[in-house]
Amino acid sequence: MPSLVQSVDWTALTPVVIPAALSLAVLVADLFLPRRHAPLLGWLSAAGLAAALLTEIPLRDGHRTTFCQTGGASCSYAADHFALVVQALVLGGALLTALLSVTTDPRPAPGAAAPTGEYWFLLLSSAAGGALLPASRDLATLLVALEVTTLPAFALVALRRGDRLAGEAALKFFLSSVTATAVSLLGISFVYAATGTLHLTGVAQGLTHPPDHLGTLAKTGAALTLVGFAFKLAVAPFHFWVPDTYAGAPLPVAAYLSVVGKAAGFSGLILVTVVAFRPYADVWGPAMGVLAVLTMTVGNVGALRQRPGVERSAVRLLAWSSIGQAGYLLVPLAAASSADSPAHEIGTTVAYALMYGVVNLGAFAVAALVTRTAPAGRLTDYRGLYASRPLAALALAFFLLCLAGLPPGIIGLFAKVAVFSSAVGARHGWLAVIMAVNVVIALVYYLRWTALLFTRPEQAGEPSGELSPAVVPGAGPAPALAGTPAGLTAAIALTAVAGLVLSGAPQLVLRYAQGSLL
Amino acid sequence: MNHTALQYVLAATLVLPLLGAVGALLPPPPGLRGRDPGQAVLRHGVTVTGAVLVLTVVLAAGFDHDHPAKMQATTDLSWIPALRIHLHIGIDGISLPLLVLTALLTFLCALYSYFKPPEGPSPKAYVALLLLLESGTLATFAVLDLMLFFLAFEMVLIPMYFLIARWGGGDRERSALRFIVYTLLGSVIMLLGLLLIGVKAGTFDMVALATDNGSSLSHSTQLIAVLAIGIGLAVKAPMWPLHSWLPDAHTAAPTTGSVLLAGVLLKMGSYGMVRILLPMTPGGMHTFAPYLAAFAVVGIVYGSLACLWLARPGNGGDLKRLIAYSSVGHMGFVLLGIATLTRTGVNGALFANIAHGLITGLLFFLVGAVKDRYGSTDLDQLAGRTGAALYGRAPRLGGLLAFAAVASLGLPGLAGFWGEMLAMFGSFHPGAGLSRGAYLTFTGIAAFGTLLTAAYLLVVVRRVCMGDRETAHAPGALADVRGYEFAAWTPLATLTVVTGLWPATLLGLTEPAVRTLLGGH
Repeated sequence: MPSLVQSVDWTALTPVVIPAALSLAVLVADLFLPRRHAPLLGWLSAAGLAAALLTEIPLRDGHRTTFCQTGGASCSYAADHFALVVQALVLGGALLTALLSVTTDPRPAPGAAAPTGEYWFLLLSSAAGGALLPASRDLATLLVALEVTTLPAFALVALRRGDRLAGEAALKFFLSSVTATAVSLLGISFVYAATGTLHLTGVAQGLTHPPDHLGTLAKTGAALTLVGFAFKLAVAPFHFWVPDTYAGAPLPVAAYLSVVGKAAGFSGLILVTVVAFRPYADVWGPAMGVLAVLTMTVGNVGALRQRPGVERSAVRLLAWSSIGQAGYLLVPLAAASSADSPAHEIGTTVAYALMYGVVNLGAFAVAALVTRTAPAGRLTDYRGLYASRPLAALALAFFLLCLAGLPPGIIGLFAKVAVFSSAVGARHGWLAVIMAVNVVIALVYYLRWTALLFTRPEQAGEPSGELSPAVVPGAGPAPALAGTPAGLTAAIALTAVAGLVLSGAPQLVLRYAQGSLL
Repeated sequence: MNHTALQYVLAATLVLPLLGAVGALLPPPPGLRGRDPGQAVLRHGVTVTGAVLVLTVVLAAGFDHDHPAKMQATTDLSWIPALRIHLHIGIDGISLPLLVLTALLTFLCALYSYFKPPEGPSPKAYVALLLLLESGTLATFAVLDLMLFFLAFEMVLIPMYFLIARWGGGDRERSALRFIVYTLLGSVIMLLGLLLIGVKAGTFDMVALATDNGSSLSHSTQLIAVLAIGIGLAVKAPMWPLHSWLPDAHTAAPTTGSVLLAGVLLKMGSYGMVRILLPMTPGGMHTFAPYLAAFAVVGIVYGSLACLWLARPGNGGDLKRLIAYSSVGHMGFVLLGIATLTRTGVNGALFANIAHGLITGLLFFLVGAVKDRYGSTDLDQLAGRTGAALYGRAPRLGGLLAFAAVASLGLPGLAGFWGEMLAMFGSFHPGAGLSRGAYLTFTGIAAFGTLLTAAYLLVVVRRVCMGDRETAHAPGALADVRGYEFAAWTPLATLTVVTGLWPATLLGLTEPAVRTLLGGH
């Protein structure tokens, strides 16, 4: 009888283990660290996430697997290229969130004693879950990873104590997420019943020829599992929790959810559809297409309807736009169902997500900067930003144009071109045309915001022919302008430089759209 | 000049405005500060656009005029292998005149703005946007990769949007949004067509695709591609009935914005048709050509009628809007020339392209000058009871306006004549397989359109230039053409005469290239 003890390849696991271990370490350290050294924890977390990112370098050949069944070929953890790229996105996103949080402290007021260790613990454990998710290769690990990613997120959302909105947001998020998980679990149990395995590749084999009397069960199971993942990705019609949650959450947490939450959702969806439910491609393919269309349309129209004067309208707009962007992420998935090599199309989604991650985090970083002086977070607070903070305004304009996909945001343009190309290549002309219309709708609100940055700050907005105003009267309390925290500056600079470099060399991310990742 | 040097000159032409745009945003170096920051940055704009103009002239001088059909100064570097996108640039007899025209018009605009700074926010951003616009337009005419073409096509949107929305007048924000939404919708649909060609043919290389002459694309693919790409280009050109963004954009745009919009941006549409649709999808183009021609002639008549209506007393017509509608008519001739699928017609179209750029650019400059002097471009306000009497009050300005107007109506001997004549001539003998009868009708309608064009332009000249000097409603004394205005307008007027008297300068460049593009036709 072969040994039942699995040998564990810890090297492959480092990107997951480091944040997980660090989260515990931070929690403990918080107990013993004097209060005045509390910011150290933030920098420690950021350093840990950066280290986790670095440990991916030795893994980059992408052939490591671990937690394998003894004797069998199925493994529960695979550090393949897909996993590594999504892990990089998750860890990078968490790192930027950490940089944002070091400064934009989610605590309600200076006096209130909310332990910061708690915040870093939650962030790191969620990141650990997010890093585990793309590498999991069985349904149970996948679901556990998904829960590890989202459960700490509820607490993060609710962290802004004393804020009624935050509590409501967290509750909304929690309830919808728990429902999603329950539905997924039910689906997974059906699939397990029909196929007798939880390993993704095994499921695919099992579903190819399911026992006759279990065919319906298997199909129902597949559908229910997908519903759960669609919830997390905030695919329409499961998107309703997003705007309230983002608007209610502390800004860095909203940024985190919009990127890492999405990354977790779509990587789970990819693994489940393309690997496990491959035999049902003819069913989920069109379904993904319909969901993509719904999601992008709902998101973009929702964003278009945001009134600039309302409180937190900036974050709300980013929330709706993130729904719209999730729609674009699904387009290559729809194309993958009919493509000869689905893995190829998946790469397009990953490439788009990388672009979106960098750019969206950048936009949130600038939003965090502006919120420091204008806590209401209205879109109108961005009027005339160029006059008071030219670099931040230029960066935000660049990020927004990347999201819109217009030059000078070249990387955004080519990421969209890649998505269009995958739709056209898969003969999904209708999908491409609807997406084209959506791109135009999205342009309107992105451009409105961009234009606002360069409008003169006076309410009248009438040009009087004089040269650039040096000082903006009444644009916010002046003292707060001084001394932008280092973390925030670093986050904006990092994302802006990344965006510019990618615009010069889009191949850096688009190469994933070329080869097969899985 | 040898090939390597030309390569570098072409690359520098495209990169220099981009660097200049970045430079405009930086603080000026010590020693170049000038009187004030505004003046320094406007001077920077003149320097950069001037350098670009010099580069394009060098390019034109180094161009091998014996082989204008051959792509010259080509550079081909792989940029994004994942999407098979190459940094492939080069020029031939079709793109060279457009490059020079773009560089010239932008330079003149920069020069004009230096002496007459635009009314609006900081000139810093203005210069940066102008340079960005220039690099996008130049790139459109020089790239040889479909995806790069799309990129360049999109690159002009943001600068133009802000030029209209920030430095414009009237209902500028709305007009600017309308401009960008229309063109973006068109260009995204165009992208789908370009991708379709790329996916089916396996390459985005425009030279390879043109040489291939559509043989690797099935007829139905070609039909869809022509429809999608055609819509995008037709919005830009603009073709009736997709033109409705143009009059608003022109009316709201600042003078230089109007000049560049009419002079260069519209050409991107017609250039795309000649460069992409004609050689790459000849089959699809053959099917759609009669429809294109029909829309073109409707545009000619529609534009002229709209102008006639605007020119009538009591209708409150705006001069800028009138010239915008006249652009719809003139671009109708360009589209008609392309739709004939003959060498004569396409050459005429390319000629009319350049001529329209020169003449309409000049007209917009002149109308801008009129607006500066009278404070309005409303014809009724200008003309008063008998006419604005520009001849009497500012004789040189009036003379130039009359000159531009008769050039625009196609007086033989001036640039406007040849293009429209050749387009109609091509339509008289359309390409093989096209219905002669239909095209004869189109020719007739187009000819009628020239009459209408003459009619409204003469009405405009009468109402603006003539009139009783004493009764003319105008504030105080009028300044005649100033020095910098002369500097900005003389090149355009001169070139209008030169190309009118000696059309072979242009036709000699385009003819061989067109023959190659049309393949066996």
